[in-house]
Amino acid sequence: MMEHVVDPLAGQRSVWREQSETIGFIVMVVALAVSPFLTYPLFLMQALCFALFACAFNLLIGYVGLLSFGHALYFGWASYIAAHAAKVWGLSPELAILTGTLVATVCGVIAGSLAIRRQGIYFAMITLALAQMMYFVAVRAKFTGGEDGIQAVPRGHLFGLIDLRDEGTMYVLVLVIFLAGFLLIYRIIHSPFGEVLKAIRENETRAISLGYKTDRYKLMAFVLSAMLAGVAGSTKAIVVGIASLTDVNWPMSGEVVLMALVGGLGTIFGPVVGSFVILTLQYKLAFLGEWVLVIQGVIFVICVLLFRRGLIGELANWLKIKL
Amino acid sequence: MFTIFGVPSGALFGQLLIGLINGSFYALLSLGLAVIFGMLNIINFTHGAQYMLGALTAYILLQVSGLGYWPSLIIAPIVVGLIGIIIERFFLQWLYKLDHLYGLLLTFGLALIIEGVSRHYFGTAGLPYTLPDSLQGGHNLGFMFLPNYRAWVIAASLTVCLVTWFLIERTRIGAYLRAATENPTLVRAFGINVPRMITLTYGFGAALAAFAGVMAAPIYNVSPNMGSELIIVVFAVVVIGGMGSILGAIITGFALGVVEGLTKVFFPEASNTVIFVIMAIVLLVRPAGLFGRRA
Repeated sequence: MMEHVVDPLAGQRSVWREQSETIGFIVMVVALAVSPFLTYPLFLMQALCFALFACAFNLLIGYVGLLSFGHALYFGWASYIAAHAAKVWGLSPELAILTGTLVATVCGVIAGSLAIRRQGIYFAMITLALAQMMYFVAVRAKFTGGEDGIQAVPRGHLFGLIDLRDEGTMYVLVLVIFLAGFLLIYRIIHSPFGEVLKAIRENETRAISLGYKTDRYKLMAFVLSAMLAGVAGSTKAIVVGIASLTDVNWPMSGEVVLMALVGGLGTIFGPVVGSFVILTLQYKLAFLGEWVLVIQGVIFVICVLLFRRGLIGELANWLKIKL
Repeated sequence: MFTIFGVPSGALFGQLLIGLINGSFYALLSLGLAVIFGMLNIINFTHGAQYMLGALTAYILLQVSGLGYWPSLIIAPIVVGLIGIIIERFFLQWLYKLDHLYGLLLTFGLALIIEGVSRHYFGTAGLPYTLPDSLQGGHNLGFMFLPNYRAWVIAASLTVCLVTWFLIERTRIGAYLRAATENPTLVRAFGINVPRMITLTYGFGAALAAFAGVMAAPIYNVSPNMGSELIIVVFAVVVIGGMGSILGAIITGFALGVVEGLTKVFFPEASNTVIFVIMAIVLLVRPAGLFGRRA
């Protein structure tokens, strides 16, 4: 259903082409290692959290063909729980992130098992509706602090030892979390499980006829995606020290779709590039006020009409490699 | 006044009335979504923005040219319908051969644009829209007070819904429409201009949303945000009812409005979430939706 990169092995073989993903990964790691010296670490850490969020979202849309329009649910609720755990329960940051992730995973199991009961466009509407329901729950719940959100969340000491108030240390931790999530997704996509997911994306009926219980595969992918979105949300709460309604409301679900779309749905590096592009735009254009929303809408329209492969997808298509 | 289950009848019937009014908006909007989906195979995320544009057009007409409620009720749907036709010609028509998801993403983008522009010019605070004189006041029915305007909204939406149903299910144009939904290529072979029908269908759906918007303007304030929250609830309504049946969409819309109103009386904490909870239950019990056919 998505447009895909031409099989690179069909053309001439070369080490460069076959190893394009490895090379891309090395370029990304080097760029992320150097960039704290070039720009604000806090911006980079936020961007990395959103990059992981977008990668988690892309696991569903890009490799199973399921458009979740409610991923803010997992991101936002994990963010709330992690912030609450760190601030009120006084948990250390790694435990707070784990708690947030756990809650997101449970939400993913429940929402996922409901949403996979319908296909295609209904799937998107169901995920959006369930996320909106949990948004209202967040508005009502006492611990979320309503409009104020949970503020001044302490970063604390990693494993009770390493002080995270230092931006450099925090950056290393966020980078490690991001890379771990990224590699996990890479591993999932390239596993036999991932191959079944792609088969479901291409032709679900055929996959069923081959004996695969596609519902189980879809649910598993959904839960993994929710879990990783939860990791991203929890980490964001610890980094920024705030969890608020913005993280759990529908525009956030739209934003993550936009990030993955701009970078390239179904590409490994696309969501990372997309989230950096969108966040940079938001920072640089913040003075424009409501026009930021308009610009996001325009990017949506342009991407869908002219640019469906996204930045990385177009690049990969042009170079005839996989990225 | 008397009490029912410990609730004063006035409060109960008052909420029931609000429920019916919300229900009539759900019905009008899910009807439009279903008609558009049938012809274009696109879930129209812009629907909420078109509803808001209807209300906003009425507001602008009143402020700028002094045109009141009744002219607006005709003009605003025409204006928004024309905008819909432009949207279909310029954007949507390129997507019909692609996956459904792209239609959702494109219309989501358009909704962001419309909402962003309106917010820039009109702010996020609600703008009051005064009732027409002819519909002010109300009647005391003994067990409750019935404001005239609210009675009018329910009657008008019900009429529009039923006329739409009649148009689609019982007239020649409707027959073409249904045939084109089933097999556009064959209908084109019979010499019917299907692309033009698709364009007009989208315009009609947008006009329905704008009509609901004008009717909502005096009840709720006119605000650029009014569409986006409503459309998500309408999506849930559509999942519950299924988009296969026009009458199903109307019944589901009104019924869910009433349920929501009753929840406000008996369990106010859940009034925002009750429709989503019902959606979850329907998905467990009848995954295809109440009126849906298994795809």
